[in-house]
Order: sequence, then C-alpha cells, then structure tokens
Amino acid sequence: MARNVTPARKATVTVLAWGIGFLIFFPILWTVLTSFKSEGDAVAIPPVFLNFHWTLENYAIVNQRSDYLLHFWNSIVISFGSTFLGLVIAIPAAWAMAFVPGRRTKDVLMWMLSTKMMPSVGVLIPIYLLFRNTGLLDTRIGLVIVLTLIDLPIIVWMLYTYFKEIPGEILEAARMDGATLRSEILYVLTPMAVPGIASTLLLNVILAWNEAFWTLNLTAANAAPLTAFIASYSSPEGLFYAKLSAASTMAIAPILILGWFSQKQLVRGLTFGAVK
Amino acid sequence: MTSTLRALFGACAVAALATVATAETTITVATVNNGDMIRMQGLMSDFYAKHPDIKVNWVTLEENVLRQKVTTDIATKGGQYDVMTIGTYEVPIWGKQGWLESLNDLPASWDANDILPAIRGGLTVDGKLYAAPFYGESSMVMYRTDLMKKAGLTMPDKPTWADIEKAADAMTDKAAGVYGICLRGKAGWGENMAFLTAMSNSFGASWFDMKWQPQFNGDAWKKTINTYVDLMKKDGPPGASNNGFNENLALFQQGKCGMWIDATVAASFVTGKDSTVANDVGFALAPDNGLGKRSNWLWAWSLAIPAGTKHSDAAKTFIDWATSKDYLALVASKEGWANVPPGTRTSLYENPEYAKVPFAKMTLDSINSADPTHPTVNPVPYVGVQFVAIPEFQGIANDVGQQFSAALAGTETVDEALSKSQDLTVRAMTKAGYIK
Amino acid sequence: MATQHSRAAARLMISPAVVLLLGWMIIPLAMTIYFSFLNYNLLHPGPHNFIGFRNYYYFLTDPSFTTALWNTIVLVLGVLLITTVGGVLLALLLDQPMWGQGIVRVLVIAPFFVMPTVSALVWKNMFMNPVNGLFAYFAHSLGLQPFDFLSQAPLFSIILIVAWQWLPFATLILLTALQSLDSEQMEAAEMDGASAISRFLFITIPHLTRSITVVILIQTIFLLSVFAEILVTTNGGPGTASTNLTYLVYGQSLLQYDVGGGSAGGIVAVILANIVAIFLMRMIGKNLEG
Repeated sequence: MARNVTPARKATVTVLAWGIGFLIFFPILWTVLTSFKSEGDAVAIPPVFLNFHWTLENYAIVNQRSDYLLHFWNSIVISFGSTFLGLVIAIPAAWAMAFVPGRRTKDVLMWMLSTKMMPSVGVLIPIYLLFRNTGLLDTRIGLVIVLTLIDLPIIVWMLYTYFKEIPGEILEAARMDGATLRSEILYVLTPMAVPGIASTLLLNVILAWNEAFWTLNLTAANAAPLTAFIASYSSPEGLFYAKLSAASTMAIAPILILGWFSQKQLVRGLTFGAVK
Repeated sequence: MTSTLRALFGACAVAALATVATAETTITVATVNNGDMIRMQGLMSDFYAKHPDIKVNWVTLEENVLRQKVTTDIATKGGQYDVMTIGTYEVPIWGKQGWLESLNDLPASWDANDILPAIRGGLTVDGKLYAAPFYGESSMVMYRTDLMKKAGLTMPDKPTWADIEKAADAMTDKAAGVYGICLRGKAGWGENMAFLTAMSNSFGASWFDMKWQPQFNGDAWKKTINTYVDLMKKDGPPGASNNGFNENLALFQQGKCGMWIDATVAASFVTGKDSTVANDVGFALAPDNGLGKRSNWLWAWSLAIPAGTKHSDAAKTFIDWATSKDYLALVASKEGWANVPPGTRTSLYENPEYAKVPFAKMTLDSINSADPTHPTVNPVPYVGVQFVAIPEFQGIANDVGQQFSAALAGTETVDEALSKSQDLTVRAMTKAGYIK
Repeated sequence: MATQHSRAAARLMISPAVVLLLGWMIIPLAMTIYFSFLNYNLLHPGPHNFIGFRNYYYFLTDPSFTTALWNTIVLVLGVLLITTVGGVLLALLLDQPMWGQGIVRVLVIAPFFVMPTVSALVWKNMFMNPVNGLFAYFAHSLGLQPFDFLSQAPLFSIILIVAWQWLPFATLILLTALQSLDSEQMEAAEMDGASAISRFLFITIPHLTRSITVVILIQTIFLLSVFAEILVTTNGGPGTASTNLTYLVYGQSLLQYDVGGGSAGGIVAVILANIVAIFLMRMIGKNLEG
C-alpha cells in the first residue's frame, strides 16, 4: 500500500517535521532547562542553552517551601476520582443513547454539552455558599464532585460516539442467545468498548488535572492540587524564572509522562466519532 | 467471633489514636508569597519547639489570588482559614463589619505600644486592634550610586520630582540596557494605582472631593499622569505597562534601572544576595512638589483572625510568635539584621545593631512622613494614602489602573485615559449610592 | 427492535447523568438569577435589597461590555483559524512518510498537557517579556527594537498562547482522520492525472469536514471561557484591550465583589453562550448525522 517515495522527499519531510515539532515543543524544553539553571543564568544575555552550570537548587528550594507530594496526591485523587465517577455515571447513559436512541436523544446530548458553556466565574459565589453549607470546602470529595459534573458532558459524548460504532448486530446476536442486559454489557459490549473507555479516561484525567479555576477557588490547605502549588510561585519577589520553571516542571511532568506513554490510546479517543 | 472482637478492638485503638492526634490543634494560615513570609516558613521549627501542640498548615499564594480567596472566604463566612494575611486597606473595612477578632488581648509581652504609631493607627478601629503587623512599608527612592556618580549628580535626601526627572535623563543609556527610572505600570489597585495615587497626592490631586465627586477631570491629575507617562516614555524600560513590584525588582537587581520608586521593603532585596548591584544602592525620600505632601504610601502586611474561627487561641499564639520582638531577634540571628521584617516596631529602630543597616533610617522616616488620615493637600472624606478605604475602591481602582496602564502603553492618550477614568468612577460611585 | 422494556431500562440508565447535570445547571443558575436582581456586594453585609434590572442595566451599558463581546469573538475565531488551518497543514505533513514520526508526534502533542496557568506564565515571562524574554533577545540580535507583545498586541499575544495549547488537539484529530483516508481513492485520482492541489481540495478537504466540525465544536466550548491565560498575562488590559466576557464577569464578581452585578453578567454570558451553542449544534447536527 505504501506509495513509493524518493529518499530525498522523505528526508525533506523529516527535516521539516522535526523542525516544526521542535519549535512547538521548545517552550516546554526551555522551561525544563531553565529549571536547572541558577537564577542568574536564567536571565543571562545572551541566553545560555546547555553550557551553564547545572544545578538542582531550585528543586531543593521548591521542595523545602511546599509540600509537593500533598499537592501531587491531591491532583491524582481529584483527576482520577472525578474521571472514574464520571465514567460510572456516563457509561450507562451513553450505552442507552447509542443503542436505544429515542426521538430526543440528540437533543439531550446537545443540551448536556451546552451546560459546559456556563461561565464558571459567574457562579463561583453560589457554589461557594453551597459548599460552605455542606462542609465540602477544601475537601477532595467536593472537588471530585464539581469536576465530575464539569466533565460529564464530554465523557458522555465521547463514549456515545464510541458505542455508536459498535455494530448493533452483535448485540442482537447476543440477545438471541438469551443474554441478559447485564451480561450483554459485561461480556459483549465492554470488551469492544474498552479502547474507547480508555481514551475517554485519559482525556478527562488531563482536563481535570489542568482545571485551574475550581481547584484553586474551592480549596485552602488540605485539598489543594498542583494548580494551587503553581499559584504560590507566580511572580514572587525578586528573580524567579528558575524557581518558577522548577515548579512548573514538577506540576506538568506527571501528566506529560502519562500522556506520552499513552498517546496512542489518547489519539484514538480524540476523534470524537469524527472519523468513520 | 474472636476475629470480630479483634477487629472491634482494632477499630477502638485507631479511634483512640485519632483522638490523641486531634489534641494537636491544626491552624490554617493564608499568606502572600513575599520573601519575608517565605522566610518565616523556614523558621517554623522555632515555633514548633515552643508550641508542640499546634500544627500550622500554610496556604501560600500570589497576592491577587490570595486576596480574592480570603475575601470570598471571610465575606461568606467560609471558615477555611484561621489566620489571614491582609493589609491596611482591608483591616478598617473588615474590622468595621465585625469580621475580625480583636487582638487587644494579646499577652503583655507582645507590647502593643511598641508598634509604630502610624502603623498601629491603620490597624485599629474604634480602639480595637484587629490585626498584628508582620511588616510595614512606605515607599522611597532607590537609586544607583555608581550611575549617579558617572552622571556627575548627587541625589538629595528629599528630592523633588524635578530632581527625579533630571537624574533619570542623565542615567538612561538604552544602548547599554540601563533605564533611568523604573516605575509600576501593571494595572491593579495594589500595583500601578498604589504608586499613582500616592504620586498624585504630591501633585495636590485626590480621588474625591468632600462630596464624593471623582476628581480625574482636574488639572492636578492631568499633571500627575502626564509627568508619569512622559518620564517613563523617555527613561523607562520597554514593556513598563506590565511591570509591577516584582518585575521591577527583578530589573533593578539585574542592574537595568537607574532609579526605582517603590516599597521600602525592596531595600533588603536590592542590597541582598540575589542582587548584582547590592553595593551601589542609595536611598532617598519619595519625591514631592513643594505642596506639603510627599508621594510615599503606607502599608502593612498584617496577620488577622477571622471572627468565628474555632481555633482562636492557637491562632493568637501563632500571631503572637510571628509578630513578636523575639521573632525579629530570631531572624536577625539566623539571617542577619538586614533581613528582619521591617517597619513595625519602635524598638527595632532604637536597636544600635539595626541602625547600621543602610536603609533603616530612610525606611523609618518614610513611614513616619505618611499620614493616612490626612493624605492629600485638600481635605477629603476618606482615609488611606494610596487607597480609599471604602469597599468599592478595589474594583474602581482596578479599572482606573487599566486606563492608566493603557496610557503608559500608548494605546490611549492621557486625556482619554483620564476622561474614561472619570466616567467609570462616576458610574461606579453612583451605582454604589455615594453620589445621589 | 427496541422493546417497551428496553426503553424503560434505557431511560433508567440515562437518568442519573441527566438528573445530575440538570441539578448542576439549575441550582447555580437559579441562585445566580436570584442574586442578579439584588443589590448584593459581598463587602456590604446586611439585607440585600431587590433592585430589579439595575444590575443588568449597569452591566449592559458598561462601555467595556461591547469591547469584551468583540474581544471574545476575535479570540475564539482567531484561535479557531490558527488551529484548524495550522492543524490541517501539520496533519498533512505528519501524514507523509518520514523518519521518527512517533517522536515528532510526541513533540507536537506536548503543549496539550500543559496547565493553562503554566503555559501563560512561561510565555509571558520567558518569551514575550520585552527585557528578559527570548523574543526580545532575538530582536536585539537582529538589531531591532524588542516588540512589547503584551502591551502593544495583547489580544494577539493571548491568541498565540491559546493557539499553542490547542494546536496539538486539532492536529491529532485531523491526523487520525487523514490516516483513515482511503489511499486507493487517492491513487486512482493520481492516475487520472489530478494535481496535488485538486486532490487536496476535492478529496482530502471533504474527508476532513467532519473532523474539522468536531474540532470547532470542542474548542469553542473551551475557548468561550478562556480565563487563566488573560488573568496571568494582561489582566484584561491595557485598558480593556484583552478583556473577554468571562474576564469581565470575573472582574465584577471577584475583583469588585459585586455579586449582584457579576450574576447579571453571568446570566448575560450564559444567554450569549447558548445562542452560540444553538448555532453550533445546528451546524454539528447537520455534519454528524450521516
């Protein structure tokens, strides 16, 4: 199937693609490099690329100043917790929409998506008051709930587009064999849907990990995730590029690594049913 | 059966342990990510040694995020924090609302009479002290002695704005990346508006007249903003409209500014170990125009306890420690006198050791020359030097700050910025009911 | 072949999601509508009087409102334009045979994982800063005056930052779509002597329409509420040059603590967002039916 390509053309494409890829990646690379510089080197003119004195002092300072592990753990709990909870609620809904579509299924789906357009800043005070009254302020469970609700529409939609691609005949066949609804879901549907569920999970973990409005505003000390950790390093007094870079690297590294390792899964899920 | 019993015992033991653990009081302290607060977090072992039964959870945030969070929390009685770091703007307003716990009953050893009168006055409402100052500041001129020498000039101790303009012109060498003057340009009531409001006082301007009518359409403001914009265009660094305190500090430390008029606390940073110009910095009072008011402000980052906290005693113990004379001595012994949180206690300035610190006297003189109760040349219905102590001020000043930031960036003319500021302030004051 | 029984089951399965989202929508919305008619400033405790539509009046007649509306549109369209055009081009490039395609894909996808706050901080301080930023250094070394991105072209700078974050997303969806393109059809067209351009216009682009629609839908949802990037870089300024609707509402409710005014702004924003939503849904609905 592969078309014949001249080596020269392949080389040109390679150089071009690597060049662009490098440019796109450069801000991240630069942040990581800066995190190993002294504050003086971080603002040196001309900028130093690799030939500086590598140091870990910024990481040491950041670790001493903040409880990185606590924030990290909170981020993990909140992003995975909200995603799992979201999946539990969304899988049945998406299943039903895909296989027993009613007249209003599309409308319901679109309505769900439209709830995502509510500007969070406008409803912070009402939510804050609700959280205060229910004792959910600064708790991980509170954030899990909010993020679940925020990302639920996206989860439902992604799963719906996935489930729709599963041929209905298979289900019919299973039903003929006398499979109950439960076993239908458990033994027929689930294995076929696992890739879709996996990529939905990944995308939502990323979205939840990077959510910076609710996570910052509804927490104080106990449940604050990495977004709050970053907020204590943005523009402090004096030279701060290197320390900011170290903190940034620590905040994005876990999700970056997770994303890279699972990018094949993720990419497949990113199609949102757009690819037939 | 036995296994059930054992599990039951186990559970009881865990529960018992848990109760023991809760005998330790945990308090949550919200604070700004400024150097002096960060230093305090490094010195907590001293506090824990003295008070093993109290555990402190820190919430350290950038100033604007912090302010938004603590204000939301206290106004909705969210109860997330036991100690809040707030400033002289918030204390009078919150104190009057009954949102803060009085600190009049701090132990005698805390010595309230030792607090600088100007600062204490700003934190007291109806005879009740509502916050304990952690550090206090005014603003002053910081300048490069080496560049002044090279330009053949000397900086008077009490400069006028004309002196400042002359020095800025003489020191500017854009080819070498040296800008004669660095001033705040980043929009925000605590950023450019703190500086500009204080500056306007020395030009005879004020925010409001006695009838709460905004004054931006007057000549005094016009002169203020024109002076500021012209000076910055000629001698300021590029991108000044995005520079706040921190950005300017970084520039000054890198030797890119000839002068910088800003908070007195900056003195210990520009002469500290991160600074490339530490040995060439001189200090002078903030400039004036011979109208009787200088362009310096007054501020104190202070620790306060929200009313209704469950851990009021532990919170007071912590505040007593953090703002005590002993704490100053502790910092001095670990980090040297220059790094002691400045501007709060008379005894500090009477200490002969501290008098050796190059910026000590100028800081004290600056603080003493600010008068929040009579901030302007003409009488005004409000208190506050670089702010107006009404709840609406933050919002209005943020918007006005945007206008002046735009004037500095050159996307608006000074006249446009002033007339828009006047309009929006009239609107907001009308909506809030000050203007009938 | 859906039976009565399975319909009932289906309704049961959908209901938790629907009920939860309905609650999540209605409770805050009802509170917000209620607040929007009150004279309610967080910093003034005491009774909050009913003041009718005054909050709406002040919000809608605020001179920043039209600016913010316009900025929101420019921001969304600007980012959509960059990411879809850039995404198509990049996807075409990545679809070519090359060495190390996997690694290039890893490089390209990376910005999508970065927190908005972090990317805004990095761009602002380390690239766009006119004194210490890398762009300023390049300008200097070319003998030019450094360009002051965030004060001279604030909205453009923000568009750039946001586009950088969303370009990977668009690229990857479009790349997946391209890879599913029937290569036999392409070859046949090539045999027939169709030029590369007409093949792109008549085969590739129609094939991509569906994915482009999806990219636009998902991105619009997120782009309407861009907030962190503005807060970190320009605070909506200078003036109101980079204030979008979300930021304007933020200013009302969390900088002025005017809950009443902020709520009125929030309701206005919800209404506008829903108009956009209806429009988008129509478009998507049509494109996704097939």
